[in-house]
Amino acid sequence: MNAFLATVRRDLLLALRRKSEVLTAVFFFVIVTSLFPLGIGPEPALLKKIAPGILWVAALLATLLGLPRLFAADHSDGTLEQMALSPSPLGLLVAGKILAHWLLCGLPLVLLAPVLGLQFDLDASTLGILTLALLLGTPLLSLIGAIGAALTLGLRGGGVLLALLVLPLYIPALIFGAGAVEAHIAGLGAGGHLSLLAAMLALAVFFAPWATTAAVRIALE
Amino acid sequence: MRQSIIQWFRFGSPQSFYPLAGRMIPWFWAAAAAFGIAGLWLSFFVAPTDAQQGEGYRIIFVHVPASWMSMFIYLVMAFWAGLGLALNTRVSGMMAQALAPTGALMAALSLWTGALWGKPMWGAWWVWDARLTSELILFFLYLGFMALQAAIDDPRRADKAGAILALVGVVNIPIIYFSVKWWNTLHQGSTINMNKAPSMAHTMLWGMLLMALCFWMYTIAVALVRVRAIILERERHTDWVKHAVE
Repeated sequence: MNAFLATVRRDLLLALRRKSEVLTAVFFFVIVTSLFPLGIGPEPALLKKIAPGILWVAALLATLLGLPRLFAADHSDGTLEQMALSPSPLGLLVAGKILAHWLLCGLPLVLLAPVLGLQFDLDASTLGILTLALLLGTPLLSLIGAIGAALTLGLRGGGVLLALLVLPLYIPALIFGAGAVEAHIAGLGAGGHLSLLAAMLALAVFFAPWATTAAVRIALE
Repeated sequence: MRQSIIQWFRFGSPQSFYPLAGRMIPWFWAAAAAFGIAGLWLSFFVAPTDAQQGEGYRIIFVHVPASWMSMFIYLVMAFWAGLGLALNTRVSGMMAQALAPTGALMAALSLWTGALWGKPMWGAWWVWDARLTSELILFFLYLGFMALQAAIDDPRRADKAGAILALVGVVNIPIIYFSVKWWNTLHQGSTINMNKAPSMAHTMLWGMLLMALCFWMYTIAVALVRVRAIILERERHTDWVKHAVE
């Protein structure tokens, strides 16, 4: 468990020494969501209707933007090999890296989403549901994305390939995440969607680090 | 019993699988042609015209088998990929790689014929129906698998990375299917209900089954042809390949 926390701490420290990389993804999220009203028109009723989808798709893309960083630097300077050789299980270290990635790329999106939701005229309770859905959904995105990041480690055109691999797998999270907010707006209650999102998160927490570790080992061969 | 297990593993080596595949290919081509001719004859000349849909319905004889195969090939691909990962047999990875293009072809064919059928029947080339959407996502999964394998130069790594992706995909397919299905029912009162299929004439069903068998045989034949090419390419440094090509 110490190794896990040490990995989280190390990745956070490294990222905070190069703040611009983390902030790029966050600003990407802000800019993309602000572009939609400019493209579609400022009509409040329409914007309110499409807000959950826009915020979720933007969160998906912003997470994707940060994924190549998850293993790339450690792979190129050999840290990842040392991790694989270390006495603590690689799965634990990989899980630590995924958690650090979520804290850096996912959590800022969750915290920013209510502010951006105000731009789309969402009311307070809807903003709460949106934040809750993103809180459950963004770790799921980091976990699934980590598998893709490990598979595309050190490949030509890794970034585009990563998008092709990971985006289809993100669809359930998008559907239930945006669906939760829409169901709440429609007065149906978001409970079902949030439960399903949480169930998928539980599955991913169990399986994704394991699959990621297998993929990392293949990349290191 | 022990003897038979060893026999099976023998074909896990490219060298012994290559001639076996070569011997099987003509039979599967012949079966594909026989089922295809019978199926097409039954579906175009024997099956009655549909009371509601007219002659246009006949595209389902290609559409339905293609959709079945697109889903089934992914499962078979994941099976071979998992086997390759577990037992480290080289031919398994090659089989998975050989099946992917055919699977993608079937998914594309299913989407295309579906659009051709949808235009006269529903008045739209595309609707965001649950089945259409999940078929499209399946097509994306095939493309991702092929793109990943193409991007990795080392064939052994390509096999293993592809295997993990295929297994992750197979776990996700039911999740994707149900999420799309629930999304669809939430968003729009489905105007088109594809579940209540009108009771089908027996000849129609037989035509469809024969066409499905034809697609099966075609898939096996073409996958074996492709796996032979992959074997030759990967084993080109060995002596037996030099003899085989001569």
